[in-house]
This record gives sequence, C-alpha cells and structure tokens, in this order.
Amino acid sequence: MTSSTRRRFMLGGTVAASTGLALGALPLRDYGPATADSPPAPPGHPAHHPNTSAHGGGVDGPTFRKGAVVDHAANGFDPTEVLRDFDYGKTSTRPDGRTVREWEVFASDEDIEIAPGVRFPAWTLNSRIPGPTLRCREGDLLRVHFTNGSHHPHTLHFHGIHPAEMDGIPGIGRGVINPGESFTYQFDATPFGLHLFHCHVGPLAEHIARGMYGTFIVDPPQPRPQADEMVMVMHGYNTTFDGEGNQLYAVNGIPFHFMHEPVRVKRNELVRIYLVNVLEYDPVNSFHIHGNFFDYYPTGTRLQPTEYTDTIVQGQGQRGICELRFPHLGRYMFHAHKTEFAELGWMGMFEVTE
Amino acid sequence: MTATVHTRRPWILGLISVALLAIALAGLALLGGRTLPERTGPPVEEIAVEHTTLTPGAIELTVRNTGPDAVSIAQIFVNDAYIDFTGPTEPIGRLASARLRLDYPWQDGQPYKISMLTSTGLVIEHDVPLAVTTPEPNASFFGLMALLGIYVGIVPVVLGMLFLPVMRVAGSRAVRVLLAVTVGLLAFLAWEGASEGFELAGRSGGAFGGTALVVLGAGLAFLGLTAVDQWLRNRRRAAEAAGGAGVRLALMIAIGIGLHNLGEGLATGSAYAVGELALGTFLVIGFTIQNTTEGLAVVSPLTERRPPLLTLLGLGLIAGAPAIVGAVLGATVNNAELSALLLGVGVGAIIQVIVQIAPSLRESAGRSFDAMALGGVAVGLLVMYSTGLLVAA
Ligand SMILES: [Cu+2]
Repeated sequence: MTSSTRRRFMLGGTVAASTGLALGALPLRDYGPATADSPPAPPGHPAHHPNTSAHGGGVDGPTFRKGAVVDHAANGFDPTEVLRDFDYGKTSTRPDGRTVREWEVFASDEDIEIAPGVRFPAWTLNSRIPGPTLRCREGDLLRVHFTNGSHHPHTLHFHGIHPAEMDGIPGIGRGVINPGESFTYQFDATPFGLHLFHCHVGPLAEHIARGMYGTFIVDPPQPRPQADEMVMVMHGYNTTFDGEGNQLYAVNGIPFHFMHEPVRVKRNELVRIYLVNVLEYDPVNSFHIHGNFFDYYPTGTRLQPTEYTDTIVQGQGQRGICELRFPHLGRYMFHAHKTEFAELGWMGMFEVTE
Repeated sequence: MTATVHTRRPWILGLISVALLAIALAGLALLGGRTLPERTGPPVEEIAVEHTTLTPGAIELTVRNTGPDAVSIAQIFVNDAYIDFTGPTEPIGRLASARLRLDYPWQDGQPYKISMLTSTGLVIEHDVPLAVTTPEPNASFFGLMALLGIYVGIVPVVLGMLFLPVMRVAGSRAVRVLLAVTVGLLAFLAWEGASEGFELAGRSGGAFGGTALVVLGAGLAFLGLTAVDQWLRNRRRAAEAAGGAGVRLALMIAIGIGLHNLGEGLATGSAYAVGELALGTFLVIGFTIQNTTEGLAVVSPLTERRPPLLTLLGLGLIAGAPAIVGAVLGATVNNAELSALLLGVGVGAIIQVIVQIAPSLRESAGRSFDAMALGGVAVGLLVMYSTGLLVAA
C-alpha cells in the first residue's frame, strides 16, 4: 500500500543515522533491487504465500457475472436476430425497369441494457444497436426516409458514391435534421460492396459511439454464390463518456452474447460474414476465428479474395466479407484478436452441426 | 435588570437562542423544503474500497457506498477483462457496505486494476499495487506484527536513549546541534509523511474527504498535543523549580514521536500486508536505526537531570509502543482512508515536536538561533534529502 516513498525515507533514515552515529556505512548497492518495481520475492522465501501456483478461478476466460443476462425483449432487439436480419426495403419498379428501394429509418433516444445490469443512454436508428442492415443491388435507386425522433440533431451519412447534397453532413444539402424533422436521402446504389451508414453530426465520435450506425450492403449485379449470410458489426460502448477507449466491446449490440448463444451454422455449408468495424475511440479492431481460415474480400468491391487467413484487422469504418466453410463439428470461438477487446466483451462462438 | 440576566443566568439567554434557532430551522424544513429545487443530474455514485483480501484465485473486496445515492455494481473487470463475481445484486444503499468476491487468477507480486462498472456505466477503480496472499489474522500473525512494532518502535527509541550519558558529557552546545539536526530530520519526515498521505488519500477515491483527511489528522494531532502540553505546563508550574520542565518537554517529544511512530508502524504493517517486507528484513533494520535518533530527541531535554529509570522507560514506551498498534492496524485494516488519516496524525505530531524542540535550539541567554543551530537543521534536511536520492538511484 505504501511503497516507494516510504521505503526511500526508511532507507534515508538508515543512512542518516548510520553516518550520524558512526555505526558504519551500510552497503547501499545491495538495496538496489528492493525498489517497488523489483521482481517478486525469491522462491521459498515468504512463508505466507501458500499455493502461488494455483490459479484458482477465472481461468476459463472472461465473463460477465454468471447467471446474469440482458433483457433482449426490453431492449427491443436480439443480437442473434440482428445477425441475419437483412432489410431489403419496400421495392417498386419504375417504367424504365429500374428498381426503386425505400426504407423508413428513424432516430430515437433509447435506454438500453448493454450488459447485465448496465444501462446506456443510447441514440439509435430504428431502436436497435447496430441500426438496420439495408440491402440492395447495384444500380437500384435508393430512397431513405429519415425521421429524427430524437432530442438531438442527426443526419444519415452513407458510404458509397453519391452527390454532395445527399452526403448527410452539416452545411451541405439538407444538412442537419433537427428533432421532429425528416428528410429523404435519394441516391443510386453504387459501388457494390459492403458499406455502412452513420450519423454525421458533431461531436461525430459521440454520435456514432452512442449507437447511430448500420450496415449498408450493395449486392453485385450478378449475385454472390448462395451462402448462409450474416452481418457482424464490431463496436464498443464508452459508458463513462470520457472519449478514452471503451468499457464494453461487442459484435451486434451485446458483449459476450454469442458466448451464451453461439452462432449456429451447418457443416460444410458456405458461410458469408459481412464484417463491419464502427468502433470509436480505438484505432483498430480485428477479427479472428478458431479452427478455420476464410477468404477475405476487403470492402467487398471485388469478387476475388485478397487473402486466405484466420485474422484480419480493420481500422475505423473499414469492412470486408469473410467466406468460409466449417469442415468439423463442434464449437469454434471467434473474437477480436486485440485480445483486450475480446476480454471486454468482443468474443463469441460458432456452433457447427450437421 | 439586564445585567442580572447576563451575569447570573447566561444559560437562559443561551436556551432562548437555541430554541429560536430550532424553530427557524424547523420552519425552513417544513415550508422552505418544498420550494427548494430537487437535486438534478445523474446520480452521484461513490464507492470506497475499505478492505482487500487476496486468496488463491480470488480477490475479496469490502466496499462501502460513501455517496448520496444508492449504487449498483453491475459488472467488474480486472486489468481489462470481465470476470465472474459474487456480491449483492441489489443496490448498495448510502453508507451501507458489501462484500464482493472476484473470481480472478491473480499472480503473485503483480499489480491489478479492479474496475467496477455501475448500473449507470460509471467506472469506479481500485488498485492493488502488489498482489500477495493476505496473511491470516491469527494469533501468530498478531504476534509477528507486535514484534515488528517492537523492532521499529521500542528497541530503537530505548537504544537512542542510551546515549544520554554521552550527551551529558558532550555538553549543551553539542546537544543543541544534535537537536537541530533532529529538527531537520523531522521536518523532512513531516514532508514525506504528508506527501505520502496525500498520495494514499488520492488513490482512495476521496470518498471520506481524500486529502482533507491528512490535513484533518495533522490539525487534530497538533491541536491535541498542544493542549496536552498546555495542561502539563499548568500542572507542573508549581514544580517548575524542581526540574519538571525538562521531563515535561521530554514527555511531549515522546508523545509526538509516538504518534509519528504510529504512522511508521502503519507503513510497516501495510507494507507487510502487501508483501513488500518479504523483500528483506533490512527495511525493518532501516526503520530501527533511523528511530534511534528519536530516542536521542526524547532524552535531549534531560541532560541536566537524572530522572528515575522508570520515567525513562515510560518515555521510551510512549514514544515506541504506538508502532506496535500501527503495525497491527496497517496489516489488518488495510484501509487507504484510515491510513491517510493516521499518516496525517503522524505529520501533525512531528510538527508539534518541532515546535516543542525549537525553543531549545536557542542559546540559553539569547533570543535568536545561532548559526550552529540553523546549520544543524540544514544538515538534517540535507542528510534526509541526499540519502533519499542515493537510495533511489
Ligand atoms: Cu447523430
């Protein structure tokens, strides 16, 4: 408890007294290793350290308090459902044969239980974290009707190629959408790939970190091969709102969720993961899978994978498609290989069955 | 008429004043209370960790809610990893305490940061600077602590007192210089104790006042000791001629040093509790040798007298024994706030001792301090400072 300063003055006293009282100089050098950063006691020395080899509890890995769970029903969303919830919108066909796709997206302030017993004053899109997964095909005409039901000004900013006035940032085009207002963002679906959308009102990091983001998938003109598709959005919660890192890390909303409820997949079936990183306050995030490798398509804008790997790293706003098959049955972990994030909630399991 | 009231019945006036005050306060509470605004903003969550116990694979915390609002500890992470724990699922009420048992494979000799995530997302941190298995507080443990207290407290003080005959021979001038050096040493110790108390209080989260505790402890100790001094002074005034003054000063120095040794014992005990003393008994030896100067300080007012042996022994006990109490408290209580308060008490006691010794640094006839005395103080300061540097290097 009281360490270096106390010891320094104890030793200081030693020397003072020994010189003052002519008791002979004590070998100062020998005291060197006894500073606070010295290694622990030599083996066999302290009689009061029984069992130092026993690890005791906690070796099975990180966990929330056992037996405690998040109330998904009260939250209004469940990460397992978010996984395969693709929102194709309301479609119609124009006389020229072009598909028009429309969505209703609303912003609201929600009190969400982000970990058992922990409430978070979130700003959400369609009352969930992450927001909806909007999916279309390249060339579609997209209309996103945005209504701001929050108490704060927001926008929707889509990654992709579009005119400046549809960019959803303050001061350009319609700009900020104030509480109670609405606006329709209209643009073409291009380029194909895996994108995201988020609020772009300042302070930007906070508006995003509070939960205002979603996945935006533009399918290529020729569909990708049939697969068991799923969305994984990597993100975090800065519950102290100090802008310095996060206290909780998650994929699809709730930390550790897929540890309790593994992602169920079939053996040898093609699995396609749309992996998005919207983590704020930390520069990189990562994804690692156990017992397997995957083809990786950065941003999904090319149909050829660039890498065959089991770990990829994404910076803020980066995303990519992972394709793999599980040849073996059983449970396989996936997690951030920034292991600190993993132990703060960003980990889960695949369960492979016949 | 009024004069009668003032001189004969001052308590009636006092009662009337108190009654008026009570009526006014009650009225305010009844009527004004409703007009005052409710406290707004997020709840104020404060948790103080009062005790930490480490057993293989587990860390047990005794926490107390020292804030105005109830606190729910929802989850806990240790060194950035969430862990399983047992403890209350209900909110901890104001000033209520709770025990949390953390399931964590801590390693011997490592530091740990325990972060308690409350229901509102606030993080309350607690540091374990060096993890070692908490000693079992059984009879042999208390015996060991008492022995440590005797080593660092009583033995050196009594050893220092053995120099009394030497000092008698050396003469008043040498004694004065020695006292001056002691003042310098003590001044540095006061500074060290204060800064350490502040550091400790800062680490505790400030639930019970934080650094103010050090100041409070120092102030109370200083005032209390000064009051004792005045009382002794009055009591002994009649016996002044019989040589009581020297013993009185010696007693005051002994009490002051005793309170300082309480803080020192606290440091020893808590160092033991976090396993640092396991690094070498020379730390105890360091304390021991340093404390011999305290024995010198105690007997220095007695060079011109021959007090009974029992008086000398009593002075030694008063100066040294608190180290035993400190060692036991430090090793078992392990409470940053209490330790900060007691370190403050030690600081106040040292300052009081300095104030006590200061007059004797003057030449017996003169009113000012001579160069020898001032030089002695400077030497004391410098010795403490420079040896501190040497050791840190
Ligand atoms: Cu926003």
